Amino acid sequence: MIHSSLSQLGAALRAKKISSVELTQSYLDRIAQLNPQLNAYITLNPETSLAQARAADARIAAGKAEALTGIPFAQKDIFCAKGWLTTCGSKMLHNFVSPYDAHVISQFNNAGAVNLGKTNMDEFAMGSSNETSHYGPVKNPWDTARVPGGSSGGTAAAVAARLCAAATGTDTGGSIRQPAALCGISGLKPTYGVVSRYGMIAFASSLDQAGPMARSAEDLALMLNVMAGFDERDSTSLQRDKEDYARDLNKPLNGLRIGLPKEFFAEGLSGDVAQAIEAAISEYKKLGATIVPISLPNSKLSVPVYYVLAPAEASSNLSRFDGVRYGYRAPQYDDLADMYEKSRAQGFGAEVKRRIMIGTYVLSHGYYDAYYLQAQKIRRLIAQDFTEAYKQCDVIMGPTSPSTAFKLGEKGDDPVQMYLSDIYTIAVNLAGLPGMSIPCGFGANNMPVGLQIIGNYFDEARMLNVAHQFQLATDWHSRAPQL
Amino acid sequence: MQWEIVIGLEVHTQLSTNTKIFSGASTAFGAEPNTQADAVSIALPGVLPVLNKGAVERAIKFGLATGSHIASRSVFARKNYFYPDLPKGYQISQFDLPVVGQGALTIQVEPLSGNAKPYEKTVRITRAHLEEDAGKSVHGDSQGMTGIDLNRAGTPLLEIVSEPDMYSAAEAVAYAKALHSLVRWIGISDGNMQEGSFRCDVNVSVRKPGAELGTRREIKNLNSFKFMQQAIDYEVQWQIDTIENGGKIHQATILFNPDTGETRAMRSKEDAHDYRYFPDPDLLPLEISAEWIEQVRATLPELPQTKQTRYVNDLGLSAYDASILTASREMAEYFETVYAAVPKDAKMCANWLIGEVNAQLKRDGLDMAQCPITAQQLGGMLQCIADNTISNSGAKEVFRTMWAEGGTADAIIEAKGLKQVSDSGAIEALVDEIIAANTDKVAEYRAGRDKLFGFFVGLAMKASKGKANPAQLNDILKKKLAG
Repeated sequence: MIHSSLSQLGAALRAKKISSVELTQSYLDRIAQLNPQLNAYITLNPETSLAQARAADARIAAGKAEALTGIPFAQKDIFCAKGWLTTCGSKMLHNFVSPYDAHVISQFNNAGAVNLGKTNMDEFAMGSSNETSHYGPVKNPWDTARVPGGSSGGTAAAVAARLCAAATGTDTGGSIRQPAALCGISGLKPTYGVVSRYGMIAFASSLDQAGPMARSAEDLALMLNVMAGFDERDSTSLQRDKEDYARDLNKPLNGLRIGLPKEFFAEGLSGDVAQAIEAAISEYKKLGATIVPISLPNSKLSVPVYYVLAPAEASSNLSRFDGVRYGYRAPQYDDLADMYEKSRAQGFGAEVKRRIMIGTYVLSHGYYDAYYLQAQKIRRLIAQDFTEAYKQCDVIMGPTSPSTAFKLGEKGDDPVQMYLSDIYTIAVNLAGLPGMSIPCGFGANNMPVGLQIIGNYFDEARMLNVAHQFQLATDWHSRAPQL
Repeated sequence: MQWEIVIGLEVHTQLSTNTKIFSGASTAFGAEPNTQADAVSIALPGVLPVLNKGAVERAIKFGLATGSHIASRSVFARKNYFYPDLPKGYQISQFDLPVVGQGALTIQVEPLSGNAKPYEKTVRITRAHLEEDAGKSVHGDSQGMTGIDLNRAGTPLLEIVSEPDMYSAAEAVAYAKALHSLVRWIGISDGNMQEGSFRCDVNVSVRKPGAELGTRREIKNLNSFKFMQQAIDYEVQWQIDTIENGGKIHQATILFNPDTGETRAMRSKEDAHDYRYFPDPDLLPLEISAEWIEQVRATLPELPQTKQTRYVNDLGLSAYDASILTASREMAEYFETVYAAVPKDAKMCANWLIGEVNAQLKRDGLDMAQCPITAQQLGGMLQCIADNTISNSGAKEVFRTMWAEGGTADAIIEAKGLKQVSDSGAIEALVDEIIAANTDKVAEYRAGRDKLFGFFVGLAMKASKGKANPAQLNDILKKKLAG
């Protein structure tokens, strides 16, 4: 069962070939066996998961099952889930049991899905290797000496290692797509505003977007059907008609125009990754697509722009973690200022502190115009590049990450090298566009390579169609790591 | 040496919405600590603000009432600083794009000293912006700890900023009073100063006439007009003394101590915060359409200025009377109800209200809303004066009885036998008797002692037990005495 798709699992559950309790228990057993070497989960509550499974079985028995009823999913530990420890990968929230459900969590609950556990992540989603987690790094299931990517590294590893049927992630600068690429799974960051941010602990509010991570595009579509939708509790949530993201999966790709930005195939891209991407493009040509060379001239500025805007928002978003009302408070302090300083110095890790300091600096009096305002202007130019490009093509493709998974500790001392691993994904967040990554082969050391597909606004159904047709023609997505 | 005082005000007025500006928690005053602090008020991880439209409508009302520019697009910004009663570590406010722009308020100034006459003045309003209130720190409980009450956190405020257009404490107080009356008049705030619904920050500086503006010091959080006047008087003298003794004024935030009547610096400019304002990415820019403004305009009551003009032009009242009658909405409504009963005698209504009613209210320490005589009662009494049922002196007795014991004018006149004698036959008979009984005095009068006329009036009034219509009595006496 662990290799089954979501639709196969749903069908088996509704046909009562397997119960949700049995399925949940089998995943819990597998987690107990494999999680110690992968560290993909921060929190498990087997009793809670099994209780949800029993409720799902009752719902199935009553004939009220929906597509995902009874299927066990993992949730990134950035989503507040009522009664669950919700740490966001930080010591700061080591003791925070959420009293409420994030929108994404209630959507899964309403669909009758089972919450298997909370997955590990970079602290406050700041990182590209999962090494900044207070709960220790996640290991890549394809090679446990390597990183799974980040920040949704726990989710990516859990999905790749079949420690859940599928799971959720969030993506601020590539945090769904990059770990999906590095772990050989599929991941989708929807258009900004498609999935409500309510209850998702904020990193950079204007960039954060939740999305599904799974083993196939078809699974992503079923999950997005549950996750997407207007939520009045998030003012940036978009009021749109409900859509079925699986509706176009089986459309042929004849006449599809694929834009290849020259900037994504330039210096900095590893040869093995380039090779796998070129092979995937050839496959698309066979499926009837035509290739359009395009340019995104401002995309080279996306990393510096991102590292002004995201830390600026983060420095403010993380101010609520002050030790006053919940979360970590230093055991000893002299006065109020000392309590703030010690609690935050001890509660936050190095990368989080680095970004708070950068963000505080760029918002400071006298620097705001030169950094924050300037970055906002370039952000608009980056978005305009895409608007121009979509006059010539339907989707844009390229590598998700410049290299395959690197070794644990390899980039730990050089934050800029680490930041550059998101060079192809960040522009998509700055523009608010949907982007996804699907497995398209293996590079050096037999590590997976991800193909990035970038769509126009609200073009998720088409992107899923484009990915699904590739997955019908290839089997990269069904390869599993040996554990 | 002559000094000129320059004063500008920043007034925080609490808007009368039932729920908070960014959440559904109640704003009712006086609840048990933290019982009105929902997830948003506490700033749990992951929660998001959703703007309360009622707060925006109240801001629009204020803009319309002061002829201010209402921005079609304004922006919420984060003001970042750490304090335990500021749960997010930032306050959501408006910075460079406020909802209400330039406007003006015309005020009546009553000089505090000397025989100077009241005069009219227009104070320019710079801007008014929406923001959320902070919570409350409760210092020194039994264990010497500081408690935090977040009931007030998120209460909607409109901060109204004036130009430095006021040149005396009297003008500043008159402006604050006019503003206080206006926000209650248009129903956007209860204006309760004890509960902190109307708080004034006063910027004071002094200069030589014609010189550049002096350095200002800001007196924070005044919640009584009396304290405002005392604080300004003290501060002005302190600044003048400091300069005259060779000192310099440094920009500072100061507090007024009502017990000592002194001001004292809280913090200087050097340790002023860098608030690192930036647009709040959780909230979309606030768009206000022309239709929305018109909808709100339709709900506005007739404004004090409009009423004043109408009272002067249509009812023939003096500008002074008109301004007093529109000092509060209760007063104006009272006046208009009374006036409806005696539509030919606006001046009489005004005299009674400004004279007897106001004096009695002042004596009893009541405000208009607590007036023991209803407008209908008073109108009924004025009708009796107008149709000569009672004399003015009789009316005063009716009024006193009505104030103390209630009852309609008719009932009191009946019970006290105050009905005026306007039967000329009866008065003539009375006058004939007096003439017959005082032949010597009549002779003196006829010989030219005109002063004796008052003596005859007195006798006649006494004989009629004060009930004779004075005008009629005069006519008849004159005629008969003339022989």
